[in-house]
Amino acid sequence: MKQLTKDGFVKHEVAHHFESADQEFQTAKLGMWLFLGQELLFFSALFVAYGVFRFLYPAMFIEAHHHLSVNMGFLNTIVLLISSFTMAMAIRSAQVSNKKHTFVFLLITLVCAGMFMVVKYMEYAEKFHHGLLPARWFFGEGTSEVLHIFFGLYFCLTGLHGIHVLIGMGLIIWLLIKTQRGEFYSEYYTPVEMVGLYWHLVDLVWIFLFPLLYLVG
Amino acid sequence: MTHVVDKRSFYEVKKGFMSWIITLDHKRIGIMYLVSVLIGFGLGGLFALALRLELITPDKLFMADKVYNQAFTLHGVIMVFLFIIPSIPAAFGNFLLPLMLGAKDVAFPRLNLASFHLFLFGALFLVLSVFLGAVDTGWTFYAPYSIYTNTSVIAAVFGAFIMGFSSILTGVNFIATIHTMRPPGMTWFRMPLFIWSLYATSILQVLATPVLAITLLLLIAERVMNIGIFDPALGGDPVLFEHFFWFYSHPAVYIMILPAMGVMSELVTTFCRRNIFGYKYIAYSSIGIAVISFLVWGHHLFVSGQSDFAAMIFSLLTFLVAIPSAIKIFNWIATMYQGSIDPKTPFLYFVAFVLLFCIGGFTGIILGSLSLDVNLHDTYFVVAHFHYTMMGGVLMGFLGAIHYWWPKMFGKMYDEFLAKIACFLIVIGFNVVFFPQFLMGAKGMPRRYHVYDPEFQVYHVISTVGSWVLAVGVILMAYYLIQSIRKGEKAPSNPWGALTLE
Repeated sequence: MKQLTKDGFVKHEVAHHFESADQEFQTAKLGMWLFLGQELLFFSALFVAYGVFRFLYPAMFIEAHHHLSVNMGFLNTIVLLISSFTMAMAIRSAQVSNKKHTFVFLLITLVCAGMFMVVKYMEYAEKFHHGLLPARWFFGEGTSEVLHIFFGLYFCLTGLHGIHVLIGMGLIIWLLIKTQRGEFYSEYYTPVEMVGLYWHLVDLVWIFLFPLLYLVG
Repeated sequence: MTHVVDKRSFYEVKKGFMSWIITLDHKRIGIMYLVSVLIGFGLGGLFALALRLELITPDKLFMADKVYNQAFTLHGVIMVFLFIIPSIPAAFGNFLLPLMLGAKDVAFPRLNLASFHLFLFGALFLVLSVFLGAVDTGWTFYAPYSIYTNTSVIAAVFGAFIMGFSSILTGVNFIATIHTMRPPGMTWFRMPLFIWSLYATSILQVLATPVLAITLLLLIAERVMNIGIFDPALGGDPVLFEHFFWFYSHPAVYIMILPAMGVMSELVTTFCRRNIFGYKYIAYSSIGIAVISFLVWGHHLFVSGQSDFAAMIFSLLTFLVAIPSAIKIFNWIATMYQGSIDPKTPFLYFVAFVLLFCIGGFTGIILGSLSLDVNLHDTYFVVAHFHYTMMGGVLMGFLGAIHYWWPKMFGKMYDEFLAKIACFLIVIGFNVVFFPQFLMGAKGMPRRYHVYDPEFQVYHVISTVGSWVLAVGVILMAYYLIQSIRKGEKAPSNPWGALTLE
């Protein structure tokens, strides 16, 4: 049976191969930062590809960005920024053992992530409707002959980012369940902080995607 | 897991297939990797023998051209992704890193197991791709051919993609372990040099592999939905693929060689009964190689249409890699000086490594020179060069490691006499295979052709005969190692009189 702390939280047991809870926390944090490092490089090739083709076909990029809705992109940027704030607040709440606030803030983060995906869905649906797709299915209208490259990049970049948002949503649901069980308190909140770091990275990628794709020109 | 109070070895604590496949014990995970990479080595070796046999005549012997293309692709893909990359870091790294460091396990044991499962899963996709119509693009998957060939590029590439994540997660695990799990007293400059080399390797795995992952993903996207960034017919740039690919794959050759160099630093101290000469320089040179290796990928593109200026810079940076590599070689030789040398089998592999790696390294300088590379590009000279580094370097390191740590890992001794014979056969066979390839490459024999000008036949025949000698050596080794597990004598706790920590 798991031990409970006097405040009713599930007492965290340090894994056998660590000396102390602090060592365990620091190790997890370093591991997470390394993982984020590889995430950055994972996205980097796409950004390089973006740069190369922007350089090769500058006029096409300016034409292509008129097909994207700045309003929707802006809305999503705001939604994600709010979610980043609530995520940070959730970590803060876990640090001070406030179970109720942790839960509420995580829930708001999850709702924001969901909203982001709904807006993304609407944008995608519109692109599908107008045939602004990668070359295999492209039937959009435009003056440039290589318009499909922009949309190839657009779907790769936003698609990969969207998958990261979905994974983040899964992780937040996992956190919600664990929060409800009372596993996070002032002495153990590692998973909340780690998912928080991941979530901020997902935000950060979008912060770059929004101007690069929607605000060209 | 409970070795502290338990006197039994880690083999005896739990038994049965499931106790292995879901273990969190780094030693068992290391052994499972070892078995997997040995299977990979065997498979890749069979393809190599078949290729050499086909090349014994200038015309078709038993493979059609397409089959030949598939066979050399599979040889490359299997050897690179299933054998060399995971060989030393995943198998010996997992087994030895916590022991050498004085930690109870790696930082994230669950993640470690997940890496192994990912590795198996990726391997499964590679095997699957063989049955769905084996890839014929060469292990580099160059666009645009890889976009249009009707072989199962997607399955093979997806397998490599998954194995890439196995490699990344192992790297994350090792770096976190080395940073945070060192016990008090184990300072950075008291760490064994093998750990330094694993540290440098892990940096490369974490920072380079994701670029390969996204490149392969983009290649899949290109095949599925024609995103048009690599396909010139759609306005894309195939050279971009080469840049992306080599941004990973050049550091990857150091992912392969650095751990082997780490093994060499351990072997030379043990068998010369001396402390390592220039410890700090060897440690720093590992990091130096790791850093420079990120900046040299363009030397694979000298004839792919990059600018002359870029090619000059890449050529210069390529020469720079020779400096930290030479620092290691000189320090090892200085360590041997006045040592009391005990030429046991692992030490023989050390000597083989130094000799063969020097040949591989020097020919690398030749290929790094712009004017020479234009002539030698895509000839057998290149093939011989990278086999001298990969096989003469990494494989010798791997075999040295197997023989050195065998008693530690399996608790049994092997037949020293047979081991020496096998070592001689392997080293001699290897040279007979690949030295003639330098000669025919310099004379203009292009790589990846199965029908060739009869003037080169004599070299090909020598090379093929060498491959048989090599194979006999490997089979002999397999024989005495299996014998050792079945009825070898029990190993003493310190068979080599080493002063190391594990």
